[in-house]
Formats: sequence, C-alpha cells, structure tokens
Amino acid sequence: MSGAEYLLFILMLSIFLGFELINKVPATLHTPLMSGANAISGITVVGAVALAGTGNENVAMWLGVGAVTLASINVVGGYMVTDRMLGFFKKKED
Amino acid sequence: MTTELMTQLGYVLAAGLFIFGLKMLGSPATARRGNMISSIGMLVAIVSALLDQGIVDFTYIAVGMVVGGAIGAIAARAVAMTAMPEMVALFNGFGGAASLLVGWAALSPDSGTFTLVTIVLSILIGGMTLTGSLVAYGKLSETIGSGAITFSGQQIVNSLVVLGIVGGAVMFCMNPTDPNWLYMVIGLALVFGIMAVIPIGGADMPVVISLLNSYSGLAACAAGFAINNNALIVAGSLVGASGIILTQIMCKAMNRSLSNVLFSGFASVSTEETVVEGEIKPISVEDAYYVLEAATNVAIIPGYGMAVAQAQHVVKELTELLENNGCEVNFGIHPVAGRMPGHMNVLLAEADVPYDQLLEMDEINPRMEMVDVAIVIGANDVVNPAAREVESSPIYGMPVINVADARTVFVLKRSMASGFAGIENPLFYKDNTRMLFGDAKESIGGLIREFS
Repeated sequence: MSGAEYLLFILMLSIFLGFELINKVPATLHTPLMSGANAISGITVVGAVALAGTGNENVAMWLGVGAVTLASINVVGGYMVTDRMLGFFKKKED
Repeated sequence: MTTELMTQLGYVLAAGLFIFGLKMLGSPATARRGNMISSIGMLVAIVSALLDQGIVDFTYIAVGMVVGGAIGAIAARAVAMTAMPEMVALFNGFGGAASLLVGWAALSPDSGTFTLVTIVLSILIGGMTLTGSLVAYGKLSETIGSGAITFSGQQIVNSLVVLGIVGGAVMFCMNPTDPNWLYMVIGLALVFGIMAVIPIGGADMPVVISLLNSYSGLAACAAGFAINNNALIVAGSLVGASGIILTQIMCKAMNRSLSNVLFSGFASVSTEETVVEGEIKPISVEDAYYVLEAATNVAIIPGYGMAVAQAQHVVKELTELLENNGCEVNFGIHPVAGRMPGHMNVLLAEADVPYDQLLEMDEINPRMEMVDVAIVIGANDVVNPAAREVESSPIYGMPVINVADARTVFVLKRSMASGFAGIENPLFYKDNTRMLFGDAKESIGGLIREFS
C-alpha cells in the first residue's frame, strides 16, 4: 500500500478517533479545547519548514517562510494561552 | 537508521502524544498536563521535520519561528479572557493562511492530478478560513458592526463566486502551468470567506468560530495530502473533528440546523410580535438582600452581559458570602452563553469559581425546583421561557435554562432592551420574577455591602 490510498486510510482512522476523543471533552473545557486545537492546527509548520529551507530564494521559499511564521504564531500562542486558561480551573477545596 | 525513517517515526510519536493529550482533556483535573503532552508532541514533530535532508538553509526557518513564536507568546500573555473568542478567531485565520501558503508552495511542474486537487483544496479551504476568520474577528471585537450584513442579490453573487471557484479549480488542474487560474482560485476563495461570514449575525458567532476552527484543521489536512505528510493529516483531522463536534453542539443548543445558521440571518424572523401579559416588578438592592439572606439554595445563570460588565469577580465574592451564610450556590451554564463554546466557564474559573460548581444546562434544570433564588446576570435568550411556551417565537424549541421553576428569580439587567437576538422575554413578566435594574457589577456590589 502506498501513496494516496495509504494517506486516505490514515485520514479515515484519525477522523473516527478525533470524534471519539472530542466527544468526551466536558463542556466546561470547550474554550481551552478550541485554543488547543488552534495550536495543533499549527502542525502546518512541519510541512512549511521543508519549503522554507530549500535555500533557493524563489517564490516557493518565501511562501514557506510566511507559512512557518503564521503557523509558529498558532503553535506558541495556542499552547501558551491554553495552558494559561487551564491553570484557572480549580476544584473546590474542603 | 536513515534520517527519513527517523523523521517518520518522530511523526508517529508526535501523533501519539497529540492523541494522548486530547484524551487527557477529558477531565479538568488532567487537562493541563494533557496540553503539556500535546505541546511536547508538537516539539517532537518540529524537530523531526528539521531532520529533513532537503533543508540546506535554516536561516529563514529560524527567522520565521522566532518572529511567529514571539508574536504568539505576547498575544497569549496579553489577551484578556473576555477577548478569547476574537483571539481564537484570529488564530483560526492564521492556521488557514499557513495551509494556503503551504499548498501554494507545494505546486511543482511535475505534480500529478491527485496532488493538484489537494493543492486546490488546501488553497480553497485555507483561503476562505483566512478571510472568514478575519470577518469573524472584526465582528467579535466590534471593529465592524456585529449585525448580519445582507443585500439584495446576495445569493446570486455567492452562486457566481462558487461557480467561479469550481470552474477555476478545474481549469487549474488541467493547466497547472498557467498561474492565472491559480490566482483566480486564490482570489475567489478569499472573497468567498468574506461572503460566507458577513450575513451571519453576532448571536450566531459561537457556531461560526467553531466551524472555522474545523476548517483550519481541514485545511491543514488538505495541505498534508499536497505535500505527502502524515503528521499534517492526523493532526489536521483531529482539529477538524473537534470543530465539527463543537459546531453540532452549538447548533443543537440553539435548536437550529447548520444551514439555517449559515444561510439566514436571525433578523428575518424576529419581526413577529409576542404579546406578553403581566407587569414588570422591580426590586431594590436592599429587598433583594433580605430574600438572599433567607435562601438556602441559589443558582446563578450568567450570560455574556456578565462579561461585558466585568462582574465575574464580584459574583465570586457574593458566592462566598452566600456560602458562609449556609447557602448552596451553583452556576447554570447554557452551551451558547457567551461568544464561544465554554466561554462562561473560563471567565468564572478565572474569577476562582471552582469547576465543580459550574453545572451544564442538563444538570441544573432538574434541580431548579429546589432552588430558592435563581439570579440571572446578563443572560437573556438562554433563559427565555418563550422557547418552551410560545410557538410563534423564533426561538421556540431551543433548550433553555428553566429559571422560572425556581421559587424566586432575580434578573439583573441594565434596562428593558431585548437580548442579542432581539426577542421579547416573557420571563421578565412572570409572577415570581423581580428585576434588579442597573449595572450588574454595581448591583452585586450593593448586595455584598448589605451582607457585610
């Protein structure tokens, strides 16, 4: 198995897994879930670095650099703000 | 071991960490560690990607990461919790834009048809996510009007844009060397994002940002196909699934279908007149205090108005005074209270309200009959009994928090203006309802002074 079928296979499995996981997140955590999802969608940085590091200063490289920058905002900002929010959630002490 | 294999194994590990991190988000007690684990997954993925032997020059990668990281860090520290919806909207847009750029940069003269289709998809979804999110950001931060923008012929214009996108996309896949088709698709995708979000009114924003959240993941997923990268596909589809689930929850909480939210503004139906009987009964802070002082069970139902009045900290203070007085206090939180899913919970958590006191609608409703006083702070549509009683009401059928079942209801409200959706609220005229007019923060401050 190679190429497109293999990628589609992975897509199918991760969509099902995603539904299962996210359905278990309680409503009280939906805002951190969304900002955490922002951070994870910054995964594009992984694809962008290969495009930004080719060394030939052409259009494709500059597009890659732009993508690295934007995705880094999401990764760093997303994880940090989620951590900040989750720090607020405390159980009642008694 | 070749570096290629190491990169791939790194992605597998990263995907595992993302999944484990999301699983830990299932409980507030483990959520923070889950987020940490997810971020370690991201670090592993990035390091693995940097092993790629095609990378010969790290300068611009470093520049991009440092600049982007710094912007993200500053924004994450500075943002006020009331402004979280805007920030998430903006981040959705960045995610979309990044995928657009990756899809575009992945284009090479020897791309096959499958790759070309995925490139078009990542450009399309990424582009509309970018501009749609910017419009949503504008509406949420009120830099542009938050109302629905509609004009005659809108449907026709939208149809033409969609036709243009489809036509341009097909032509691009057949002639990938002609950049004009590509530019056409990019341009129209950006236009489409704007057109899709402007007709949606402010009250429906929780649905829109959930949906755009999902699109930002799907765009990453499409980009993953374009550059043949598993990590993007797995992470992108997790985010896509998350956004779709939140969108469903929001729609269900408003008793509306997704297409109804996307294609019709609330304004068109809210013209119907509801005849409300009864009279408004105001109450003074002093009288409200006497009622609260005698109460043993109080439920607080917050809405976005609480956030606008910045009243969450005084609410917490009042909660403590009531508890010291031997009273049980709970919060009833409607899924669409606030401007994004779970917004109220974060605002109250920031004010040190423990999360086990924050009850979901389905938990608080059965208890409402035992409640002595239900205090509604800055909420309106989510406690509107018309949703259960008035069949002609535009919100009829929407699940609401049944505050009228409580012995007494206090509604804290600035004036008699109707809610975000512009619908008359019969709750204000019920026999057991008392209106405490004025700024919520000041009214609660007054109650606190009476207690001490």
